[in-house]
Amino acid sequence: MASPQQQKLKVHGPVAVTANRLTDGAVVWRTRGDGWSADLADAIIVTTADDAIALLAAAQKRDIDAVGAYVAPVVIEADGSVAPGNLRERIRVAGPTFELPH
Amino acid sequence: MYAYDEFDRAFLAERVADFRDQVARRLSGALNEDEFKPLRLMNGVYLQLHAYMLRIAIPYGTLSAHQLRRMAHVARTYDRGYGHFTTRQNIQFNWIKLEELPEAMAALGEVGVHGIQTSGNCIRNVTTDQWAGATPEECDDPRIWAEILRQYSTLHPEFTYLPRKFKIAIAASPHDRAAIKVHDVGLRLHRNAAGELGFEVLVGGGLGRTPFVGKSIRAFLPARELLSYIEAIMRVYNQYGRRDNIYKARIKILVHEIGAEAFAKAVEAEWEAIREGALHLSDEMIAEIRGRFIYPAYETLEDRPAELVEALKDERFATWFANSVHAHKVPGYSIVTISLKPVGAPPGDATADQMDVIADLADAYGFHEVRVGHEQNLCLPNIAQKDLPALWAALDAAGLATPNVNHISDIIACPGLDYCALANARAIPVAQEIAKRFADLDRSRGIGRLHVNISGCINACGHHHVGHIGILGVEKNGQEFYQITLGGRADEQAQLGTLLGPAVPYEQVPGLIEDVVDTYMELRAGPQELFIDTVARLGVEPFKERVYAAH
Amino acid sequence: MPLIENGHIVEDKYVRVSDEDALPEGVPVLVGVDRFLKEAEALKGRQAPVGVIWPNNRPIAEIAPYLGQLSLIALNFPIFRDGRAYSQARLLRERLGWTGPLRAIGNVLRDQFLLMQRSGFDQIEAVKEADAEAFDEAVHRYTVFYQPATDERPSLLRQRLGRTLTGAAR
Ligand code: HEM
Ligand code: SF4
Repeated sequence: MASPQQQKLKVHGPVAVTANRLTDGAVVWRTRGDGWSADLADAIIVTTADDAIALLAAAQKRDIDAVGAYVAPVVIEADGSVAPGNLRERIRVAGPTFELPH
Repeated sequence: MYAYDEFDRAFLAERVADFRDQVARRLSGALNEDEFKPLRLMNGVYLQLHAYMLRIAIPYGTLSAHQLRRMAHVARTYDRGYGHFTTRQNIQFNWIKLEELPEAMAALGEVGVHGIQTSGNCIRNVTTDQWAGATPEECDDPRIWAEILRQYSTLHPEFTYLPRKFKIAIAASPHDRAAIKVHDVGLRLHRNAAGELGFEVLVGGGLGRTPFVGKSIRAFLPARELLSYIEAIMRVYNQYGRRDNIYKARIKILVHEIGAEAFAKAVEAEWEAIREGALHLSDEMIAEIRGRFIYPAYETLEDRPAELVEALKDERFATWFANSVHAHKVPGYSIVTISLKPVGAPPGDATADQMDVIADLADAYGFHEVRVGHEQNLCLPNIAQKDLPALWAALDAAGLATPNVNHISDIIACPGLDYCALANARAIPVAQEIAKRFADLDRSRGIGRLHVNISGCINACGHHHVGHIGILGVEKNGQEFYQITLGGRADEQAQLGTLLGPAVPYEQVPGLIEDVVDTYMELRAGPQELFIDTVARLGVEPFKERVYAAH
Repeated sequence: MPLIENGHIVEDKYVRVSDEDALPEGVPVLVGVDRFLKEAEALKGRQAPVGVIWPNNRPIAEIAPYLGQLSLIALNFPIFRDGRAYSQARLLRERLGWTGPLRAIGNVLRDQFLLMQRSGFDQIEAVKEADAEAFDEAVHRYTVFYQPATDERPSLLRQRLGRTLTGAAR
């Protein structure tokens, strides 16, 4: 998965805009009202390249809340809930795939 | 140990204040991300998938017990209770908050530890043999020279915005444990026929997208001319290294494009102009730095004392001893490697509690000193042999006595897709699964020395090009695939591995590695022939046939 | 853009003139390297001072024949991460013996001021007003310097031995 920031924007299916929160690096998703949320359920979901580009452009205007914004694939589950759309995004949401040292 | 003086301490305090101010300006918006990024990188702060990551330098791999304890404290207070030791004698904390970074840095700075120049396009942490000062093989303590370079390169006004990062490594033993041939500059410290100390200078080695083995541009550089010569190299590179393409900006590309001879000529010309100047190292200067290294007050002891001979009757102890204990230059002492590769755990990780245990053991038995090597293991360089049984018992109790050093389960792996924003594929779980397949110690001992290196992308942070078995994560249609190379090595005979065949999906990697190993066991000339030698003798073809027939 | 000279914000006496425009009479001018090299002979006769903007991808040694007729040299940082001009500055000062004004222009930000000063720049054209005002603070952040450079700050290499830069260099 080449770093998503370097990818050309191709949109097949639902996507959201994601970034890392400036203060602590936490994964955040672009929400209504030009905000960010740590919960993917709050994310604005779009399905066309034009909408995604507009959403991303708005998110990139201000880089003081969140940094490194890009468009990430999501999937809409049968019950209507939103889940990350690939392994990279699943790891960003759920953390490393092995047990962390403790 | 190198003892910091008031200058070093003042500098570190100023650096912490500088960074605190930079973070404040970023949080206030006075600096935008483009402006801030190089500043944070220069302090070892990355942004990964889930959080910021802080990379702390362990200059030339030497650490005091006190410093290690402080790292444990930082892991507990500002992170999630563990740290990751890397192939470049650094430690990384994966869950740091930007807001808390200045505090964490200050806590580290108090004990002389920092993240300065662990990232960014500057001269990075200078690395060397983790056995420096303790091994009978070396001609001089390479850390003296690494420290001289550390001082020289710290906040260098001219070389802080180079075309790309710059990594220097030094080896002082015939056996190279610092992988100097795959560094931007590799320095081989040795004595010439007249007995004078000096360096062979290699440039343009490196891994990543375009791997190269370094080329020798000077067979012998008198040691006291080190800084002027390095400055000449840096000045040529800073002016002529490519800046149009980040993938072509390393010095290896410049050396490759203009040729090692032309590069050497440019360096020599620049050097002629400055070698008698301010960077000339006088004997007093060298003695001053040398004098700041404190060596243990060794006792007069005998090799193989009665306590050791008695303990060797215990099979588990004997196994660990044979695997993890190495010859020391002083009779009655040993060098001990602490494996950070317990089967099934992330390679190179240590919990805060384990760090505390190791610090305590270093205090009790090891003259307060701990080392970090590029294999992502730790090392206690000065242990009296009579103390080995007690040390082992304590390490064993803390899960730190896995006798798999240099075995197939002693895997070097980068953070991969579980942490890293640049990754194509995961590396750590692949390492864990391979280690599990070879968890049987009799089996892995029977296989002998075999280095497996895994990188999650072409940047090669896991040194896959120079692993006896190299595993590189690539992406195919959104799925994790892995390319396997055989026959790489990072030592004095450094060479890049040869591709075995088409990439295979995640699930097939451990089985494929087992097939490779089984093939080796069948084909080797005898138990004395190491994996790497069998590959050298037969090439990859016989392996390819067997492995791909099975999959 | 504010110009800082020896620590103070000063008025820029030089007028930057593009390659096409006529040179104004009687005022100091700063011109690009192409024009300068083309008109170097003619410019020798000019009554008012002439400065040149030397690009960072042109070997600085080539400026040597012209040093006598220049009153200002400006070196360029197209982006602050492009550090070629640090080497050019040091070579100008230490190798070519340039003692006249040396100006850093381009994407010049506060966190580079100290590096520039240490490399021999005595004029800095800052991008941001706030950075220029913080100049004094920015160049006094550190009191300890490990390596000798172009400035007069004593480096630790010899401070530890009680020697001065000039003492070791000469
Ligand atoms: C997650 C954070 C990391 C990032 C973003 C990162 C990034 C990179 C990049 C971009 C390169 C390629 C540079 C080039 O070829 O010009 C590289 C190379 C390298 N990195 Fe990392 N790295 C990370 C973690 C690590 C870790 C954990 C280690 C040690 C285990 C490491 C050690 C190295 C080494 C040894 C190389 C290759 C040698 C060379 O410089 O040619 N890096 N890294
Ligand atoms: S090799 Fe790639 S995936 Fe692994 S740490 Fe380096 S940049 Fe990340």
